Amino acid sequence: MDFPKGEIKYISGRSFTIQGDDIDTDRIIPARFLKCVSFSALGEQVFADDREELKGNHPFDLDQNKGANILIVNDNFGCGSSREHAPQALMRWGIRLIVGESFAEIFFGNCLALGIPCLTASKEEITKLQKLVNENTSQIWNFNLKDLSISNQKESFKLKIEEGAYNMFYTGKWDATSQLLDENERINNTVKNLPYLNHFN
Amino acid sequence: MSSGTLYDKVWDFHQVKELPGGSTQLFVGLHLIHEVTSPQAFAALNEKKLEVKFPNLTVATVDHIVPTSNQQRPFSDPLAEEMLATLEKNCKSNGIKFHGIGSNSQGVVHVMAPELGLTQPGMTVACGDSHTSTHGAFGAIAFGIGTSQVRDVLASQSLAMKKLKVRRIWVDGSLQKGVYAKDLILHIIRLLGVKGGVGFAYEFAGPAIENLSMEGRMTICNMAIEGGARCGYINPDETTFKYLKGKEYSPKGKEWDKAISWWKSLVSDSEARFDDEIQLDGSSIEPTVTWGITPGQGISIKEKIPNPEILPKNEQQIAKDACKYMDLEPDKPIEGTSIDVCFIGSCTNGRLSDLEEASKVVKDQKVATGIRAFVVPGSQKVAKEAKQKGLDKIFLKAGFEWREPGCSMCLAMNPDKLEGRQISASSSNRNFKGRQGSANGRTLLMSPAMVAAAAINGKVTDVRDFLQD
Ligand code: SF4
Repeated sequence: MDFPKGEIKYISGRSFTIQGDDIDTDRIIPARFLKCVSFSALGEQVFADDREELKGNHPFDLDQNKGANILIVNDNFGCGSSREHAPQALMRWGIRLIVGESFAEIFFGNCLALGIPCLTASKEEITKLQKLVNENTSQIWNFNLKDLSISNQKESFKLKIEEGAYNMFYTGKWDATSQLLDENERINNTVKNLPYLNHFN
Repeated sequence: MSSGTLYDKVWDFHQVKELPGGSTQLFVGLHLIHEVTSPQAFAALNEKKLEVKFPNLTVATVDHIVPTSNQQRPFSDPLAEEMLATLEKNCKSNGIKFHGIGSNSQGVVHVMAPELGLTQPGMTVACGDSHTSTHGAFGAIAFGIGTSQVRDVLASQSLAMKKLKVRRIWVDGSLQKGVYAKDLILHIIRLLGVKGGVGFAYEFAGPAIENLSMEGRMTICNMAIEGGARCGYINPDETTFKYLKGKEYSPKGKEWDKAISWWKSLVSDSEARFDDEIQLDGSSIEPTVTWGITPGQGISIKEKIPNPEILPKNEQQIAKDACKYMDLEPDKPIEGTSIDVCFIGSCTNGRLSDLEEASKVVKDQKVATGIRAFVVPGSQKVAKEAKQKGLDKIFLKAGFEWREPGCSMCLAMNPDKLEGRQISASSSNRNFKGRQGSANGRTLLMSPAMVAAAAINGKVTDVRDFLQD
């Protein structure tokens, strides 16, 4: 499986929904699966407890959703624990784009660092979008970052994302490490000006 | 936009560069790591052939996976052992100080760092753990990060971050007897909602906050994230300085005086501008308990479980889910709800004063039949001091188990777990579905003293009944 890299301007594929507000990262990946020193096995374990409960009828288990890469969610998705295991699990299952009413902040940042855009739209729009998606899971949806839209053959929805994240996906600079390392001299200057790293002088 | 707040001042000191697109490269003064969110970060660093830039600004401990009954190495769980061994190896090869098992300074990362004096006013503190907000109690900007950011901080001691707005939450009055910091923060989250703080840093201020001990302040800031605020902080004052004085990593001698004057200069100005301000009365708050599946679903001990039909529209669905999952009936009092397990511990309420308050309730009483109750001190130091005060004996005599320090049943990554549909009274911070180790286990969050009262009566109890005279 290829993971996101470089500029992320278009994503297209099939979509499905996970419905409900305040879906926390403990549900996306239960704590027992954090016992690992590598992220590689997480894709299988995404939403493990919810899936277990629904015995094969969870959206992440349905045959028609295999290979889909766009997830439509509701409000405050990804709240709770900061575990990057949650977006890692979604990414390793195959998710490349998440659209919802709103996202928890740390989750949004973790997705950004992995190259998975999280975009928002109003409650009304998301409800409508979820309905369309659920009516026909085999249709292809096209996401266009520049237009900030997601569309099928007939309908198009306007989406939002904060400017910083937009630019990072657009330019491919969402993988921050190298950018941060460029500023060696400035980092050293910051250190020199911090009282607590200089005996409070 | 805010100005003149502690948040603004500390932010400015740590700003390395404005990045294109509105985020800032922010320097991290104290980086804390543990076994769960760091191994993949070190692996990524090695892959990129990068080194740890300032090994002396990263400090490690082990907390999430440690067993609390027998801490003999190797751990009986091979995965837990592998995680600890990996952390040890990474610290060793990168020159990072590790506070391991048997070091007297090991503990839940948000308990051990403050008690060593590592957390100080004016710092930026980052850790791959959402409850890093705890350290804001000292007047630091402290926030949780994901593993990719742990990698970035290791490599560059900095990360890309957007400046938050600042909301001041002013709490008047003083808390009644039997009402603790935990009740106050559960009440605030109930008022503002679990996502009310998204995009904000919370400044907690006002008489009721100033009256809190450092431990109480840590409880408040710890749960800022449960209200959606990535960081919460309290301006440093004499209580802060007194706590820090003489701690292992606190400034000493002449540096101490200079430190105090710098710390004082960081306090939010009297004419500081906030993006939002909220005021509430602390004296009207009652002991608070969660009944649902988010920390925002809290009510006072004297209230009834809300009827989803009469809640605001946007809360109805999650309230219905909660009633179903928790198997609690709307319109019934929460007081008297039977419980199975009692847990006192965690980075929210696993500190000495928490155990002391709980022990007052437990003293000369017995845990109700059929209830499993246990105390897990937040750190080796807490355990040691509690034993010196004889608290362990009080709990043991009453029928509690007394365990070794760790995260334990807060998230149940170690052998301490709920079983099946068990329902717990817990002093921890999250009541999410499945949080305490059983996919359908249930959690009621409350103060440690309330957990103690629940253990004695075998059901949710108003702790004030135990505190008369
Ligand atoms: S005690 Fe709980 S919330 Fe705190 S760090 Fe440990 S697992 Fe996280």
